[in-house]
Amino acid sequence: MATKEVKTNNPGVDPATGEFRVVAVGETFKSVTEKITRIVLTPHTPLGWLALFGIAGGGATMLLVAVTWLFLKGVGIWAITQPVAWGFAIINFVWWIGIGHAGTLISAILLLFKQSWRNSISRFAEAMTIFAVVCAGMFPLIHVGRPWLGYWLFPYPNTMDVWPQFRSPLLWDVFAVSTYATISVVFWYIGMVPDFGTFRDRSHSKIAQYFYGILSMGWRGSIRHWMRYETASLLLAGLATPLVLSVHTVISFDFAVAVLPGWHTTIFPPYFVAGAIYSGFAMVLTLAIPLRKFYHLENLVTERHIDNMGKVMLATGFIVAYGYGMEAFMAWYSASHWEAFMFWNRVFGPMGWSYWVLITCNLAIPLTTLWSRKLRTNIAFMFFISIVVNTGMWFERFVIVVTSLYRDFLPSSWGTYRATKWDYMTFVGTLGLFTTLFLLFVRFLPMIPMNEIRMILPAAKIKPKAAVGGGD
Amino acid sequence: MPSREGTYGLLAEFDTPGDLVRAARQAREDGWRRMDCYTPYPVEEAAEAIGFHRNKVPLLTLIGGLMGLAAMFSLETWISTLAFPLNIGGRPPYSWPAFVVPAYEWTILWAGLSAAFGMLALNGLPALYHPLFNAPNFRDGATTDKFFLCLEALDPKFDLVSTKLYLSTMSPVSVTEVEY
Repeated sequence: MATKEVKTNNPGVDPATGEFRVVAVGETFKSVTEKITRIVLTPHTPLGWLALFGIAGGGATMLLVAVTWLFLKGVGIWAITQPVAWGFAIINFVWWIGIGHAGTLISAILLLFKQSWRNSISRFAEAMTIFAVVCAGMFPLIHVGRPWLGYWLFPYPNTMDVWPQFRSPLLWDVFAVSTYATISVVFWYIGMVPDFGTFRDRSHSKIAQYFYGILSMGWRGSIRHWMRYETASLLLAGLATPLVLSVHTVISFDFAVAVLPGWHTTIFPPYFVAGAIYSGFAMVLTLAIPLRKFYHLENLVTERHIDNMGKVMLATGFIVAYGYGMEAFMAWYSASHWEAFMFWNRVFGPMGWSYWVLITCNLAIPLTTLWSRKLRTNIAFMFFISIVVNTGMWFERFVIVVTSLYRDFLPSSWGTYRATKWDYMTFVGTLGLFTTLFLLFVRFLPMIPMNEIRMILPAAKIKPKAAVGGGD
Repeated sequence: MPSREGTYGLLAEFDTPGDLVRAARQAREDGWRRMDCYTPYPVEEAAEAIGFHRNKVPLLTLIGGLMGLAAMFSLETWISTLAFPLNIGGRPPYSWPAFVVPAYEWTILWAGLSAAFGMLALNGLPALYHPLFNAPNFRDGATTDKFFLCLEALDPKFDLVSTKLYLSTMSPVSVTEVEY
């Protein structure tokens, strides 16, 4: 499939296309395999990894403490009350799910568009998706108040003779998110099977051979297997593409189907999806930039990847900007007093600072600078931008949830929202959990898909004479 | 049931995908049918060379997806009209537009699971043992940087001596006999 796409691998930085190379010159099947297996199949765990694991593990432990206390005391330990009944839990849920979307976009949509530059970043972007969905999925569950009854959300025959209500977007969410999590895990695992085969064959320790041998399910690289595998990958990509668009759409329905000013708007689905991809690419950069440095993967995750991700962020950033603009426009154009007040209050009200953080982080800084190719290939700057956009996107969800709720139709019921320490602990705790899972992934699983990198190496090109001439 | 003793086949090792494709094409033209290529990444030309064009994964995916769609949509309809009809803001019990979203998600869910598990089932995986793993050079290369063509003993044209000679005319790096 991708054997036709190797023309960008010409020597020199970028003579043919004017672009940075996807894989640096001089890499061979063997060197790529070595580079990636070396990271996992070594008995020596880098000190930096252990230190980071300790910190992240501390964060995950904090999450455990916060959630345990929540289970003992109930959601009253959070800041949620009337009028702001949705707080950090829903903000974090939407933020984490959004982050996951870039992984699916990279692994599925860019695969369908035959963007071979995606190959080296697709695996850890998928891993990021799964761990983000793990963090996201937790929030609605602990937010329901009695999480041990969470299974009531599913339609199953029960002695109460009660069934779920299928006209509610909250129930749609259950199916959207659970499907998304399942398909992401399957896609991720299936993608790793051939690489597990490589690990099995390259490892010297018995335990590793058994471990990766079982995970690889006996993969032996038969061409018939490969062809079915390629078909299945393409089909999974084709299925994940509408899925990635639908998941955040359904999540935006949670808001848009309500009649609340600030939520009840048709721009939400596309604006949520674009925002998801925007923050997701930012998170991929946040992870990729330290990783390539730490594990010396600059030849496989090149400036080209950083540059392209910057471009995607620029494009989705402008869709998001259009969403903000439309919200402002509709607040005026609807001629609804409530809409107009809500918007004025969102921007200039007592919590208006959050709106300006959002505008600064999501529009002012990235959308002015990402035009510059020089800045897009400046690694330190892109790391900075990725943090800025992640912050901005978190505040976008904060603005949507909190500033739409805290001053509702009746001034006597106005309130405010101030997160408690348990809110912060839970949020920071999920960052710890995410980092912990990601570190384990980097240490024990193939973080760059070796088989996909091999396809885009120059050596994979079959000369037409050899391919056609053989049997004559 | 193939015999579990004796020779599984002859394994020719090549350095480049081009050599493998040329050899596989030649073998196919010379009438070989029981053969397979082993490569560290998908080489589409090799699949064409051994005459493997189509597979059943798309069909399984379609069937799975349709089953998911039908299952969820009928479940929703049954629950909302017969099992537990609720009056939500005066909407009809059979409010099909609202049922589209979960039905759509289950279409994708079951299609995706069918694609993944269907692929594994058609490939006969998991299969932790395979005779090829006995070949000394197979595991060192097949998942890293070498390309293999295996002519299997089950092919009527197979003969240990003459097939070995035949394979060595294709200028492989090595030809190895694979035992069960």
